[in-house]
Amino acid sequence: MDMNTQQTDLRPLLDVRDVTLQYKTKAHLVTATYRVNFQVFKSDRYVLLGPSGCGKSTLLKAVGGYMTPTEGEIRLKDKLITRPGPDRMMVFQEFDQLLPWKTVKENVMFPLCATGKQCGKAAEDKAMQYIDKVNLAKFANHYPHMLSGGMKQRVAIARGMAMEPDVLLMDEPFAALDALTRRKMQDELLQLWDDTHFTVLFVTHSIAEAIKCGSRILLLSPHPGQVKAELASTPRDCADPRAAKDLEHEIHKMLFADTIEEKEMHHV
Amino acid sequence: MSKDAILQSRPAIHREPLDSANFGVVEKPLSTFEKLYNIGWLRKTLILVVLMVAWEGGARLLHNELLFPTFVATIDALFTGLTSGDLLVKIWASLKVLLMGYGLGIALAATLTAIGIASRIGTDFLETLTSMFNPLPAIALLPIALIWFGLGNGSLVFVLVHSVVWAVALNTHSGFLGVSNTLRMVGRNYGLGGAQYVLKILIPAAFPSILTGLKIGWAFAWRTLIASELVFGVSSGSGGLGWFIYENKNQLEIPNVFAGLLTVILIGLIVENLVFNTAETHTVRKWGMQA
Repeated sequence: MDMNTQQTDLRPLLDVRDVTLQYKTKAHLVTATYRVNFQVFKSDRYVLLGPSGCGKSTLLKAVGGYMTPTEGEIRLKDKLITRPGPDRMMVFQEFDQLLPWKTVKENVMFPLCATGKQCGKAAEDKAMQYIDKVNLAKFANHYPHMLSGGMKQRVAIARGMAMEPDVLLMDEPFAALDALTRRKMQDELLQLWDDTHFTVLFVTHSIAEAIKCGSRILLLSPHPGQVKAELASTPRDCADPRAAKDLEHEIHKMLFADTIEEKEMHHV
Repeated sequence: MSKDAILQSRPAIHREPLDSANFGVVEKPLSTFEKLYNIGWLRKTLILVVLMVAWEGGARLLHNELLFPTFVATIDALFTGLTSGDLLVKIWASLKVLLMGYGLGIALAATLTAIGIASRIGTDFLETLTSMFNPLPAIALLPIALIWFGLGNGSLVFVLVHSVVWAVALNTHSGFLGVSNTLRMVGRNYGLGGAQYVLKILIPAAFPSILTGLKIGWAFAWRTLIASELVFGVSSGSGGLGWFIYENKNQLEIPNVFAGLLTVILIGLIVENLVFNTAETHTVRKWGMQA
């Protein structure tokens, strides 16, 4: 575990207690997660990992405030989450999450101003500071449609971080990127974390990504999602290259042990 | 040897990329013709010139002033009308009513779409109204309008509003419905709600559809106005362009009729190319929401 996560106080920043999430499709009432428990502490890089259908994205949406749990509660800094808010900035998987009518800089500034946090010059300075952090200073006045997919995701991350939220929520932010860009983005995310030690809740279905980016990993089983394990990731400065491989193997075994006959279910 | 070993036995190949100086063409400026051909307004002007020449040629062949005056005669009539101020007064009369009807129509459409996005029953209300009244030609309402508002601009504005409101409301509403779920979630993530959410997220995101609605509404309003003025003209003394056309037809001043029609076309072209195109270039095209 990273040193920084150990020295922080012992009260969890985000407390998910016995959360059952259900949503309705046209024909079914689907239980996405069943009595999920986990706690995220300050400066955690907390990863929700599981196969498709384990409700990890639904869980993230609930933390984002877009869904209300049918059972249990989610608290951020002891305050019950009831609706979306800028204290939990979301980074989505889709490239169309940037407002196409605003430039990169305006996109990063907009939430600062819209939430009344900062406006005018102060917001601009802060926006530029974070755009610079994601190496896009040269593109500050470009519109999103002029950027590549990876650059758009970097803007979305800068936008989230500029708000300095209590927790940054990332819903498979690199899933739509090509493999090379994806690796680069993972490295950049870790560099950013080294700079500011932000708290991030990260959803992925890639075991390797979870081990690389996460400090703690929550394993969920599918249909409905239940907590299978909560593991510490291998330390980033770990000299033994086999450690990560072993952990990857262990996670793989846990996730797929009982899924020999897993049926892919699609709820639309 | 195993199959895999055979596949592995081929040696790796390494190559140096050639210096780009060795290629024939890396970058070459386009020829003057290609450059000119790439200018949109130049291509359109060319089309207009071809049409004018065809008109002039056709009319000269036909040689019948009463049926089909030449382009030159029409332009001449247009200039006389403009310089004498007669046509200008008519244009102003038409435009005044048009802008009034268009503005009121947009305002009403905005109110209706606001009701439409506020609740599900509001959506049903808007959809029902739109499907009821959108196919109804505005001109068909003119007799009723004449009874309600009498002879005058009131009736004209009424039918104009009818012709504008449904096209704009329908397009705006479908634009709102088409806003991606991600953008909606982004807006809510910022804690935006109510009017702020509509103004700062929904309207810009639906802007391509809104602009299309405004364009269709404008065209509908123009058509309806000229058509209702033609009907109106019979019983009303002063009028706009439609009346100008009707009056000159009665006096067999056919070049003037064509000048009136040309004016309608010209105003349409100017508004389309200057107003709407400029609006598009500075919004949806700049934002990459429309090619």
